[in-house]
Amino acid sequence: MKIGVLALQGDFAEHIAMLKRIGTETAEVRLPEHLQGLDGLIIPGGESTTIGKLAVAYDLIEPLKQFGQRRAIWGTCAGAIFLSKDISRDQPLLGLMDIKVERNAFGRQVDSFEADLDVPELKQATKTKEDYHAVFIRAPIIESVQGEAKVLASVPDGRIVAAQQGHLLATSFHPELTNDTRFHEYFLSLVD
Amino acid sequence: MEQQTGTFAVKKGLAQMLKGGVIMDVVTPEHAKIAEDAGASAVMALERVPADIRANGGVARMSDPDLILKIIDSVTIPVMAKCRIGHFVEAQILEAIGVDYIDESEVLTPADESNHILKHNFKVPFVCGCRNLGEALRRVGEGAAMIRTKGEAGTGDVVEAVRHARTVLGDIRRLTTMADEELMSYAKEIGAPYELVKETKELGRMPVVNFAAGGVATPADAALMMQLGVDGVFVGSGIFKSGDPARRAAAIVKAVTHYQDASILAEVSKDLGEPMVGRNVSQMPEVERIAGRGW
Repeated sequence: MKIGVLALQGDFAEHIAMLKRIGTETAEVRLPEHLQGLDGLIIPGGESTTIGKLAVAYDLIEPLKQFGQRRAIWGTCAGAIFLSKDISRDQPLLGLMDIKVERNAFGRQVDSFEADLDVPELKQATKTKEDYHAVFIRAPIIESVQGEAKVLASVPDGRIVAAQQGHLLATSFHPELTNDTRFHEYFLSLVD
Repeated sequence: MEQQTGTFAVKKGLAQMLKGGVIMDVVTPEHAKIAEDAGASAVMALERVPADIRANGGVARMSDPDLILKIIDSVTIPVMAKCRIGHFVEAQILEAIGVDYIDESEVLTPADESNHILKHNFKVPFVCGCRNLGEALRRVGEGAAMIRTKGEAGTGDVVEAVRHARTVLGDIRRLTTMADEELMSYAKEIGAPYELVKETKELGRMPVVNFAAGGVATPADAALMMQLGVDGVFVGSGIFKSGDPARRAAAIVKAVTHYQDASILAEVSKDLGEPMVGRNVSQMPEVERIAGRGW
């Protein structure tokens, strides 16, 4: 199994390090031809406007949309924004997931936070009991899920921070910034 | 468990989101929009770019909070702002108005010639300049969550940025080959906290994100710094002191992403208009150099 990490901008090196820790072969994706031979793709945290503009400039939008029709993609933070259908503003999106996202929904950097999340599917899939300690950096929220998309996790006030639609996964927090590999393992379970 | 804000993980985390990106100096909301549209991963809001600070002379201070707030309102990407070295009240003000990162910067006139700000006291993260590993780890010891090599700001001459990046990265390479019993003596020699020296050796890299700054003016300069091994670049005067800022800004963003691909670098380097005029650092009198500020 070989997992690509979109390496246009952001913390792609952190995702690659996590994947290597759990024994997965990885590749950096900067151009459409880099998608060949991959079984899944992670879109990392970073600035969604930067990632979107570079994806347009190097003709990655259509190839990524096609990739996501059949193969697993996971977007963290900026990646979740990029996967979504609607963010109520004009910037390039893949529109693969039936979710509506609000950028910087928790406020500015001084409001960035860490918190424990109860993620039942994650606990079940990894046969663990511990809550998931999540790191939120100028994080978006998932305002709503439609169609096939379902909620995976919320913060205590009910705002949605993780969603799944078949083989597509979106988290508004950053598992790649922690030492907990469970979310990466969970993503690999979505890869055929 | 309650939500925890202002932890070192979230401070360092924002810098990790900026990696592989370009942080651009902007002096108006219009500049900020141009930078965002070009793909900047953050902007540095200030009244004058370093080249103009040099030209103006006098005391360079924190920018007017009103200007910074207007820039914050004009973009969705993170906004950084500079305070003077050691001027913790300027930092308190910048934190109060909601900037996303504070640059405790040698580009402004230092307020304290012995001490830097104790950055652990703040919820907002700080980036600081350095010329070598000792200086970098002293700043991390004070709480900096991001480091940038200083270069020589406002010159358009990349030579000092290269010198400082090579020094820091070379110091780390040497450190990784040292025996553990040599680390205390090395920590003493470079004036850095022992625990951070030890951590750097274990990681084989700086414990926080490390950008390059000070003199980057072209896509090739930016890619040079990336190939030397930094995590991203700051571009100060190089963009808005050039002939076609929007085009140059977009080209530098692409050069940082595709820093290893010479054919893309050639493509983005074409037809960019006039670069900033620049000043040759080797012919600059010592008194005009600012990289030596910082202790």
